[in-house]
Amino acid sequence: MAEARRLIAPLASRAMPLAWIVLTIALTFLGLLAITFTIGRVVPIDPVLAVVGDRASRETYEAARLAMGIDDPWAVQFARYVGDVIRGDLGISVSTGRPVTQDLARVFPATLEMATLGIIIGVLIGVPMGVIAAARQGTWIDQIIRVLALAGYAVPAFWLGLVGLVIFYAKLRWVGGPGRIGIFLDGTVPTQTGLLLIDSLIAGDMRAFRSAFSHVVLPATILGFFALAYIARMTRSFMLEQLGQEFITTARVKGVPERVIIWRHAFRPIRVQLITVIGLSYAGLLEGSVMIETVFSWPGIGNYLTTALLNADMNAVLGATLVIGAVFVAINRGSDLLYRVMDPRART
Amino acid sequence: MILSLPSRDWLLSDDPETRMQARLGQAYRLARALMRNPLAMFGLAIILSLLVVAALAPWLAPYSPLDGNLQNRLRPPSSAHWMGTDELGRDILSRVIFGARITLFIVVLVAIISAPLGLLIGAVSGYFGGWIDRILMGLTDIFLSMPRLILALAFVAALGPGIENAVIAIAITAWPVYARIARAETLTFRNAEFIAAVQMQGASHTRIITRHVIPLCLSSTIVRVTLDMAGIILTAAGLGFLGLGAQPPLPEWGAMISRGRAFILDQWWVATMPGFAIVIVSLGFCLFGDGLRDVLDPKGKSK
Repeated sequence: MAEARRLIAPLASRAMPLAWIVLTIALTFLGLLAITFTIGRVVPIDPVLAVVGDRASRETYEAARLAMGIDDPWAVQFARYVGDVIRGDLGISVSTGRPVTQDLARVFPATLEMATLGIIIGVLIGVPMGVIAAARQGTWIDQIIRVLALAGYAVPAFWLGLVGLVIFYAKLRWVGGPGRIGIFLDGTVPTQTGLLLIDSLIAGDMRAFRSAFSHVVLPATILGFFALAYIARMTRSFMLEQLGQEFITTARVKGVPERVIIWRHAFRPIRVQLITVIGLSYAGLLEGSVMIETVFSWPGIGNYLTTALLNADMNAVLGATLVIGAVFVAINRGSDLLYRVMDPRART
Repeated sequence: MILSLPSRDWLLSDDPETRMQARLGQAYRLARALMRNPLAMFGLAIILSLLVVAALAPWLAPYSPLDGNLQNRLRPPSSAHWMGTDELGRDILSRVIFGARITLFIVVLVAIISAPLGLLIGAVSGYFGGWIDRILMGLTDIFLSMPRLILALAFVAALGPGIENAVIAIAITAWPVYARIARAETLTFRNAEFIAAVQMQGASHTRIITRHVIPLCLSSTIVRVTLDMAGIILTAAGLGFLGLGAQPPLPEWGAMISRGRAFILDQWWVATMPGFAIVIVSLGFCLFGDGLRDVLDPKGKSK
């Protein structure tokens, strides 16, 4: 009995804040739904008219109005909206004529592919850069990181995309142009995962793979640049904090090689913090892809959203907002949760 | 001359005789500290030039920003048109100069709406604590954990495109950060004796919040607003680029880039030139904000 209590007690003390966290995450999702719901209600478009068309008779209009429950109290309508969303029903897109959920499922892999490549670039270059900058404070690499971090704040992503297209596509011909793949290869790769790079490899079509790669490399690099700027800056400041600790001085006095001090003594403790940072910038990339996708005519969720915006296709706008918001919140809170689980100091 | 310039000793006096003297002295110290930071001064110079360019746009611009000469369309940069001309033969430099007014308009308006709102919510939340705090901060956290650009896009979609609606949408997504900062700041002195003293003198909650709590939260909020300016400019330009912000023929920088997109491969200057303006102005606010933070809020430096 006592044995059991000793095992359960720490679990319970950890489960309580965990339950609280799960509750706040649920509340955040509900808040997101409340925002999209409210936005949907603010729109100066008559939702009934959008369904029946402007040539419908008065009776049809009234019947549709009743069926849609426009006159119900807001709370009832909101509950119905939440129910619909949970069942995966986001309404019909006016411009494509298909359910928004289907549309989103079709375009999401393209965004995922680009953002994932972007974050890989950001991590592979950003983390070592940050570590080296902290280890050699004040040298040229340190200065480069300062400039990059500033550029990450001051340069508009869509403009950088256009400049990149001019230089690397139009002038140098190093990369493919807008779109996911060359027009002659479009639709030749059988869809398995929706990720063109992987699908073309599965199909064994190296020509399609090369074309897809040459198209994704520029937008992914530009996205990666914004992740890199943030990750490198955070890595640098985490490392500086560690390197100022006394155990580092002790290690130096003991004659531990500098390389070991930096990578084993200083870098190891910050890995958990870095996961949060990487999670945050990954979520940020999903957001940044909206602009980049528009510039590169990339058929992902961002492009879907902006096209819907221009067509006043409200179901599609709100659906895309909801999905991007939900993924953003999930990554955000997920990395926070991971941090709490992995870092003993954060457990209270 | 009856008024002489205050002397340095008077400004730096350790026991000022009036509040005015104390405040001027503090401002003088701040200015001195800022001036020692060359990057911050560079940022300030950029911001001041933005103000000057916006104010004197009609005199500085060599051509009209709206009327073009169709025979002169899509000319590359030359001595007559430093930044070239666009698809309607309008001088891009003149449009960029007039665009400074729009950018300034957006930035100032967003700051005026979102900073006081966030400041008030944060101060009330931190001052009262308890359930009020929990509800207000819950709301703030919900907004904070959402993608700002996407939210702004959705709001503009609902309100309809246009520069005023873009301002409202950006302001709606900008306040939560200030609320968090103001609350954190309020908590540091919430239980201090001077608050208790004012309370015992019978001051109302409203008076305490507006006269004692908010002034103390001001400096960290101002720092954050300055740092956020770059983000606001980028978001506004992004909305303009997507056709949701300022509408043509207004020379908004983001909208200009969007128009230039069609000619990007052959007439690169149409889309790239306004981008340089965005980068320079954002950079100015970043640098100045960094310097201001180092001076006003040394605690935040390590973060």
